[in-house]
Order: sequence, then structure tokens, then C-alpha cells
Amino acid sequence: MSKKILIADDEQNIVISIEFLLRREGFEVLVAGDGEEALARVRAERPDLVLLDVMMPRMNGFDVCQALRADPDLSGTRILMLTAKGRDTEVSKGLGLGADGYMTKPFSTKELLAEVRKLLGM
Amino acid sequence: MLEAPVVVAAALFYLGLLFAVAWWGDRRADQGKSIIANPTIYALSMAVYCTTWTFYGSVGRAAVSGIGFLPVYLGPTLVMALGWFVLLKMIRIVKANRITSIADFISSRYGKSHLLGGLVTIIAVVGIIPYIALQLKAMSGTVSLLLSYPEIVMPSRSATMSVAADMSFYIALILAAFTIVFGTRHLDATERHEGMVAAIALESGVKLVAFLAVGVFVTYGLYDGFGDIFEHLATHPELRHLMTAIPSGQGYTGWFSLILLSGLAVLFLPRQFQVAVVENVNEAHLKRAAWLFPLYLLLINIFVLPIALGGLLHFSGQGVDADTFVLTLPMSQRHEGLALLVFIGGLSAGTGMVIVETIALSTMVCNDLVMPLLLRHKRQSLDESKDLSGVLLGIRRGAIVGILLLGYLYFRLAGEAYALVAIGLISFSAVAQFAPAMIGGMYWRGGTRGGALAGLSAGFLIWGYTLLLPSFAKSGWLPAAFLTQGIFGIDLLRPQQLFGLTGLDEISHCLFWSLLANIGAYVGVSLLRPPMVAEATQATVFVDALKDTGKLGAVLWRGRAKVSDLQELVGRFLGPARAQSAFAAYARRQGRGKLVTLEADAQLVQFAESLLAGAIGSASARVMVASVAKEEPLSIDEVMHILDEASQLRTYSRELERKSRELTAATLELQEANERLQELDRVKDDIMSSVTHELRTPLTSIRAFSELLRDDPKMHLADRERFLGLIVSEAERLSRLINQTLDLAKIESGRADWNGCELDLKEVVEQSLAATSQLFREKDAHVDLDLPDNLPLILADRDRLIQVMLNLLSNAAKFLVQGAGRVSVKLRVLADALEVSVSDNGPGIRPEDQELIFEKFRQVGDTMTAKPAGTGLGLPISRRIVEHFGGRLWVESVPGEGATFRFTLPFADAQVEEAAVA
Repeated sequence: MSKKILIADDEQNIVISIEFLLRREGFEVLVAGDGEEALARVRAERPDLVLLDVMMPRMNGFDVCQALRADPDLSGTRILMLTAKGRDTEVSKGLGLGADGYMTKPFSTKELLAEVRKLLGM
Repeated sequence: MLEAPVVVAAALFYLGLLFAVAWWGDRRADQGKSIIANPTIYALSMAVYCTTWTFYGSVGRAAVSGIGFLPVYLGPTLVMALGWFVLLKMIRIVKANRITSIADFISSRYGKSHLLGGLVTIIAVVGIIPYIALQLKAMSGTVSLLLSYPEIVMPSRSATMSVAADMSFYIALILAAFTIVFGTRHLDATERHEGMVAAIALESGVKLVAFLAVGVFVTYGLYDGFGDIFEHLATHPELRHLMTAIPSGQGYTGWFSLILLSGLAVLFLPRQFQVAVVENVNEAHLKRAAWLFPLYLLLINIFVLPIALGGLLHFSGQGVDADTFVLTLPMSQRHEGLALLVFIGGLSAGTGMVIVETIALSTMVCNDLVMPLLLRHKRQSLDESKDLSGVLLGIRRGAIVGILLLGYLYFRLAGEAYALVAIGLISFSAVAQFAPAMIGGMYWRGGTRGGALAGLSAGFLIWGYTLLLPSFAKSGWLPAAFLTQGIFGIDLLRPQQLFGLTGLDEISHCLFWSLLANIGAYVGVSLLRPPMVAEATQATVFVDALKDTGKLGAVLWRGRAKVSDLQELVGRFLGPARAQSAFAAYARRQGRGKLVTLEADAQLVQFAESLLAGAIGSASARVMVASVAKEEPLSIDEVMHILDEASQLRTYSRELERKSRELTAATLELQEANERLQELDRVKDDIMSSVTHELRTPLTSIRAFSELLRDDPKMHLADRERFLGLIVSEAERLSRLINQTLDLAKIESGRADWNGCELDLKEVVEQSLAATSQLFREKDAHVDLDLPDNLPLILADRDRLIQVMLNLLSNAAKFLVQGAGRVSVKLRVLADALEVSVSDNGPGIRPEDQELIFEKFRQVGDTMTAKPAGTGLGLPISRRIVEHFGGRLWVESVPGEGATFRFTLPFADAQVEEAAVA
């Protein structure tokens, strides 16, 4: 059974590119355009991995991450933060909040895939 | 009630009362509860300035010269109001150096010179004797007037009767006895007399009340107020001259010299120096005295003119001496009580002056004249005597008797020839001779002992020749030819037209020549050689008295002395018990239980010397201390070095204080600057972080699409074209972002180029519409225009304005719903500006976001689809452009009904005007 991945980002073109990439590799892809929507879709559809942008409208990635980690039912969901803010404090903040990985935009598609596979144990 | 026994009893009772007050004051002082530690009492004690000269003599003077009595009160008033700092400096110096008199002051300043102290003492005694004679004359005169009551008989000439029958002789003796009891009951190191000051303050009160009582009686009892007196005056044309401002025969020079003379007198008269400086308890009292003492002078002068005029009118042609009006007016009306009060008031004025003056003079005679002579010639017997305090008291008592007898002698010799005021002015002129040495000594480091000696001698000799000797000549004790033809018949040496100087009154004449010679000799001789060791030391102590010179005197002493020797020495002059307690107190102050050390340090030697200085004067104290302490003389170089160091230290410490203040201020500024920097840094960080975020976002898409295309050569054509299209548009977004970021940075840093010119706004709007028409066509939107013609011109940069319009129009287009969009662009004329509005029927902007959208990188959007394209910099840039040209840019919107962006730009001529005003 293919793994389910949610892409949460408000940049349409980034979503298009990642979605294309992941589908080509055989993943099932869900999309959310803001933080609240992302949280709702995780709860509803239980993806295996969330690619989480930090700067999103309504609810930012850190808050989404914190909410997910506060929910024991969702403890199996892996979280990979993707953000254009590459400062060390941001990285450690994301990891501190319980994210499983962190990638800085712009990223290499190969590395993204490798990271995704690693987190999914593939 | 004015019979002899009553008058004598009243006088004796009053003197007894004074003595009781003095005794009480001394007792309280011994208990440490000073009754004179009060600025009002201090000011009242200064009023010892007002003697019988004021009490009786002012009226006499006013009866001759109108307001000519005034300048001797204007001088002190000016000095107290404008020259109080001189007094303050004197107080500081006197306290720091335990100076006991004006002779001590001058001798101490010029290197503790015996010769100088002696000279000043002689000048003071000789100069003051006429003044004491004046008091005797006034007091004996009033006694004999009272005793002839109810008749008014002018006192007969004393010179014609024998000494044994002369009442003033007995008055002099009584005063001497009284002063001895008052001032020399015991010897004190600081030579302060608290009880005496209390009694003097009381006397000042009594004489003021008595004088005001007569004034009210004459003005409102005999006459009907001030106006009435002046009306009566109109019927006596012979008195009219009294009412001119500067009466004839006195002139402005006369006024000037009297003001100068009295101003100097209030500082340097021995008794004024005593009460104002030596007896000062607390220098803060000076503040109140500075206005209270002048106020006292004003009060005691208010009724002088009415009494004088009243007396002249009342006794017209009866041969009553105007100097007696104060007493004779109440007597003529049979107001016995008032007459007695006046007598007591006059007694207050006279005794107050005599007591303080003779105590001050006797201290000087003892410390600066007799002691030095004894030290020189009777050293042997002095050394044998264990306790010398009795000797000192004996000298002072003898001096008091001697001075009063000399006063009596002058009164017998010359007293009859002059009015009260004229006698007083002779003394004032003598005292004025102290001014150059005193003032120069306090403010000029260059003054030397030789200069002071020369100046004082020259001034004193000229005073004697031009004022004192003529007073004898006028009384017939010297040949009258001395006055009219000069000494040895040399015309140029006529004492009151010296060197042919005529046209001045005798006081101005004396003052001119004596001060000229005095100042000339003082400065001239001082400049002949640089100050010597002792002079330079004391010059620094005196001139820098208001700065903190600390223990300079102690620093400038080097030698060896034994504590026991010093204590024994002090004990011989002050009594062993007093010496014991003074040394014990010193040890306590130094934080040592007992002075066990055998060797005394410089500070203790200094302390012993200052204790002795209080009793025997600073010059003698120096000699006595030198006899038990082996001083190693310092060379002038060493002294100058120490003085230099001291003054350098002060300079350094001032410099240090200044630097430290500057440093504190700088630290504060630095802190503020740092906070500003941190704030700026934070802002910059935020912006940098926003900019990088905005840059990374399109880069992310570009890189991802590029890699997808590269890694999959067999990608479908449709995908391939779509991705390439997205890459291009993201690249465009990137360059737009970079351009706008740079643009905004340029505007914000003020480095943008503005090409301001007069513009037709309509043309700008139309041009912008043409450029964006494609956008609206794509959305199939309807565009309404309302652009009137012939609008006023505005002043702006055409390209920048088009940039604003393009931004607003493309924003509007961005949010229009496909096919149903409506946009309207309007131009309106306001009072002093044009307004452009761009309205759309898009989703609108929530009220909380309406300001947010003008911030950098703050795009507002809801969903992924609504995420607006654009950099988030368009509106911030537009607002800055509009504001640069004096306008305003804002948005009005109801969510769901669209948004209207408006901006205004002022008319070109209004802006020109504004610029002109600016």
C-alpha cells in the first residue's frame, strides 16, 4: 500500500512541483493551503507524513506541528518542516516542537525524496 | 518724672538688664544652647552700625542738608545686597584661621607679621577715637538736656569746665567698667562673645522702637502726617533748599564718596568686623541679614526728614541744636515718658557702639600690639610664668580703659567744633584705609607685607594730615594758619586743599588723596618683589578660602614638636584646664582616644597654633609655637612646589569630576544609542528575514521545476510547457522583488532620485490606464472613468506617479472576479489638493487589515487560491511616493463590497508657498 503524504504550503507553484515529484514516485498526495486546513486533513485522513511549511496563513507551521504532537492518536504521523527561513533558531525551534526533520527552501528534489523515504522507513 | 535720680536709675536699670541678657546668653552658650544661632539676631546685631550718630545725628544732618543724611545708609545697603560674597569670604577665612580681629586678619594674610598687626591696630585705635568721642558727646549732651527739664538748655562747652565736673568723664568711666564686665570676663580661644551679641541685638531693637515712636509722635502728633509737614514747609522759603535732591554744597562727588566710605565702613569697622564676621555663628545667616539689615536701615531712616523739618519749624529761631531734636521735641511737648524712651534709645545706640568697638579694639591692642612687644622684650619673665591668661585679661581691661579715656580726651579737645555726623565721618575715612590691604589680600595673590605696610602707612598719614589734624586746628588746639596756609606756610601743603586740589568737601578730598596713595603704594610696593614663603602660603589660604584648601597650613609645616610641650604652651595662655579639654576634643575628632604619641604631627602643631591665635593673635601664636617646635624651614621652592601641587590637585580633581560627569553622560548616550541600534538591528533582521523568505520562495519553485525537467527527459509536452511557463513567471517575480526591494531601500534611505515637475494629473492617470488596459480586458472587467478637464497642476515625479497608479490599478485587477469585475477611476478637486480614487468590486479588505497592507511583505489572503501574486512591496512603496510629494494614500473598504484606494496630492502653487514659508 502506498504511503500517504500531505503537502501543507500556501505557495501554489511549490505545491505543484512537490505534488508532481511525489506522485511520480508513487506516493498518494494530499494538499492543504493553510495551517488550519492542514490540521483538519491530518485528523481526517491520517497521512503517514506531513510536509509542513512554516509561513502559512491562519495558522503557522510551528503551531500545526505543536497541535499534531499534542494529539496522542497522531503520534505515528511523521513531520518534515519545509521553510524558507533557514536560521538555526528556526531549525531548533521546529525540532524542539517535535518535527522529525527539517529542510530549507530551496531544496534539491533528490534530497527531499531521500529525506521523505528515510522518515517513512523506506 | 525727669528728675536726676529717675534718669540715672532708669539708665542704670537698663544697663543692668543688658548685663542680665548678656550673662544669660553666655551661660546658654556654655551649655551649648546658643541663643544667637538665629539669622534675625545676627542681622539685628549688625545694626550696631547705627550709633548715636544715626539716632541723634541723622536729624541734625537732615536739618542742614535735607536728604544728605542718606548716603551713609545707601553704602551698607549696596554692600549687603551686592557685596555679601566678600563678607562670606571673610567669614570663611576667619573661621578657618581662628582670626580674632581685623588687625589679626591683615597680619595673618601677609605672613603673620607683627609689624603689620601693630600698624593696623594703631590706625584702628587712632581712627576710632573720634567716633567714641562722638558717642560720649551725644550721651552726655542728652543727659544734661534731660536734667535741665522742663527748660530746654543747650549743653555748655565741656572744655570750659574741670574734668571732675564734666559728666562725660564719668560716663566714659561707667562705660569702661561696663565693657570690662561685658567683654573680658573670661578668655576664649575663638574670641566670641555670645552674651554680648544677644545684648547688642536687644539694643538694636530698643533704639529702633524709640526712634519710630518719636517719628510717629512728631509726624502724627505734632503735625497731621507727612503731607501736613511739607505744607507747613511751603510757608518757610528759607527751608526750601532742604527739599532738592542733591542739596547745594554737597554735589555728586560728595554723595559718591559718602556711599563708598560707608560701604567700606560696614565691612571694615572693627565693631562691624566683630559682629558680622568674628561673632557669626553660621554663614547661612548671612542670607537673611542681606535683606533684613538694609530693611532695618530703611526703617530707622523713615522719620528722619519729618523730625528734622518738624524741629526746624517748631524751634524756629530758638537756637536749639538740630542734633537734639529727637529728644527736645518730646520735651517741649511735656511728653516725659517719650523723652525717657528716647533717652534710653540713645543710650542703646551709644553703649552698643562703645561696647563692641572697645572690645574689638582691646583685642587688637592686646594681641597685635602689647603681646608682640612683651614677647620681644620680656620673653624671660613670660617663660617663667606658668599661667598667662590673667596677664592677657589685664592687658585687655587696661586697653578698654585707655581707649575710652582717649575718646574722652578727643571729645574735650575737638568735640565741640563738629556736628555728630562730621566726627563720625573722620573715623570712617580712617577705616577706609584698610580696604586695599583687605580686599587685595582676599582676591590678589601678589600682595606682600611690604605693600600692605606701605599702603596702610601712606593712607593713614594722609588721613591724619588732611582730616585729623585739621579737626584739632578747627578746635583751636593747633594754629589756624595750619589750615589756611599749610605747614611751614607752603601753599601746596594746605591740608584740605592738598597739592591745589580744591572744589571737594573735606571728606571727599581726604578720601581721594589717601586712597590714591594707599592703593598706589600697596600695589606698587607689592610688585617690587615676588611674595615670600609665608606670604605665598597665606595668600593661597586667603584667596582660595571659598575653595577647599583643606589643611594647607599643616601641609606647609615641617618639623618636630612634642605633644606635651604644645599642650603646656597653650595651657599657659588659656589656662591648663581649657587646654586639656581642647586637646582631648581634638584627639576625639581625630578618632584617637588619647594623644599618647610624643611627637606631634604638622596638623596638631597647626591646631595648637590656631588655639593660641584666638588668644594672642596669629603672629604671636606663630612665635610661641616656634619656641617649642623645632621647625625645619621650607625653601621658597619647596613651598611653591607644594602650593603648585595643591592647586594642581584641585585642578586635577575638578578635571576628574568633569570627566566623570562627561563619562556618565556618554555612557547614557551610548546606552541609548545601543538600544536604538539593537532596535534597528531587530528591524533590519526582520526585513532581512522577510526578504530572504520572499527570495527563497520563487527560487524553490524554480529549482524544483528545473530538476523535475532535467531528471525526466520524457516528460509529457503539456507538463513540460506548463513547468517552463511557471519557471519563467517565478523568475519574473524574483526580479520584480529584487527591483522593488532596492527601490524601497533607496526611498527609505533618502537616496532616491526625484524629478519633481508640474504635472497634469489627468494625463498621468490616462497613461497608466492605457498601460493596464490589457489586465482588465483579460478579466473582462468594466472600467468607469470620471476625469474632469482643466485641473490645477500638481508637483510630482511623473514616472513615480505612474508607478503608484500602475500598482493600484494592477492590485484592483488582481482581485476582480472573472467576468463580473467593475473598476472606477475618479479625479476630484479638493480645497488645496487633487484626489485620485481607484475602486473595485473585489472581496474587499477586513478593517483590521486595512493598515497592515501598507507594511512591507504583508499580503493578506485567505486561501491558497486567493494568495495574491506580487511582492508585498507595491503598496508600501506607493505610500512613500505619495507622502514624499505631500499627499496621503489610504484605503476604504467594506469586506464583500470591494475596496477603494485614494490618494491626494497638493496643488503645485500651494506647495511652492509652503516651501517659501519653510
